[in-house]
Amino acid sequence: MDPFDLGPHAGFIIASYTVTFGVVAALIAWVLIDRAQQRAALNDLERQGISRAGQRQDKS
Amino acid sequence: MALWDYANPTRFLRLVDIVLPWLIAACALAFAIGLYKSFFMAPEDYQQGDTVRIMFIHVPAAWLAMMCYSVMAISALGTLVWKHPLADVSAKAAAPLGAAFTFISLITGSLWGKPMWGTYWVWDARLTSVLVLFIMYLGLMALWRTMEDPIKAGKAAAVLTLVGAFNLPIIKFSVDWWNTLHQPASVIRLDGPTIHPDILIPLLVMALAFTLLFFTLHLAAMRNEIFRRRVRSMRMKAAASAHPAGATATAQPAE
Repeated sequence: MDPFDLGPHAGFIIASYTVTFGVVAALIAWVLIDRAQQRAALNDLERQGISRAGQRQDKS
Repeated sequence: MALWDYANPTRFLRLVDIVLPWLIAACALAFAIGLYKSFFMAPEDYQQGDTVRIMFIHVPAAWLAMMCYSVMAISALGTLVWKHPLADVSAKAAAPLGAAFTFISLITGSLWGKPMWGTYWVWDARLTSVLVLFIMYLGLMALWRTMEDPIKAGKAAAVLTLVGAFNLPIIKFSVDWWNTLHQPASVIRLDGPTIHPDILIPLLVMALAFTLLFFTLHLAAMRNEIFRRRVRSMRMKAAASAHPAGATATAQPAE
C-alpha cells in the first residue's frame, strides 16, 4: 500500500484534507487571537485601576 | 463535584487551565494515530478505492456538526430552565465550532460525492437538512451579534436553538424516512457496524480526535467569552463612574 498514490481521484482527497486543515487552522487562530485581544483589553482596564464586580470574592 | 460548582466563572477558568493542556496533548496524539491509520494502514475500499479516505474526515465532521448542536441545545435548557450562569457562554462558544464542522462536512461530502455519485450536490433530504443546520448556526451567530446585552441575546438564542433542535432527528433519520442518494447509517446501527474493522478503527480514532478537538476549542472559546464579558462589565463600570447620573450598568453573571 503506497500512501502517496491516491489513485485517479487524488485531487478530491487532497482537496478534502486541505479544506479541513484550513478550517481547523482558522478555528485555532480565531481562538488564540481572540484570547490575546481579550487578555490585552483586561490588562489595559486593570492598569487603569478598574476592577470588576466580584473580583474580591474570586480571590478569597 | 456537581455542575453547579462550576457556576462560578473563576472556578471554571481554573479548571480550564488545568484540563486544557491535557486535552491538547490527547487531541494531537489522537490525530497523529488517526491520520497514520487512515493513510498507512486502512486499505482501499473495493468499490470506492482511495476516496474512502475522505470518510475519515467527512463522517467525524458530520457527527461533530450534530453533537455540537446537541451541546448547544443542552446549554439552551441550562439557560432557560436551570439558569446556569455559564450555559449561554457554552452555547455562544459552540456555535462557530458547529458551523465550522458543518461546513467541513458539507464540503468534504461534496468532494466525495463528485467521483462517487457523479455530482457535487443534490437536493436530497440528508444534504438539505445538513445545509439547514449550517444556516441555523449562522443565524444563531448573527442573533448573538445583533443584541448588545449577552444575557438577553443568550435567552433569545436559547429559544431559537431549541426550535432548531427539531432538525437533529430529521438529519439522523432522513436516510431512512426518504429515498436519498446518501447512504444509510453504517456505523451507529442496532445490528452493529457494517464497515470492516480495518476501516472502522481508523474512522473511530479520527472521530475521537475530532471530538477532543471540539472540547479543546470549546473550553478555550468559553474562556475567551468569559474574558469578553469581564471586559464589557469593567468598561460599563468605568463608564458609570465617569457619568454616574446616566449610567445603568449591571453586573453580568458570567463575569
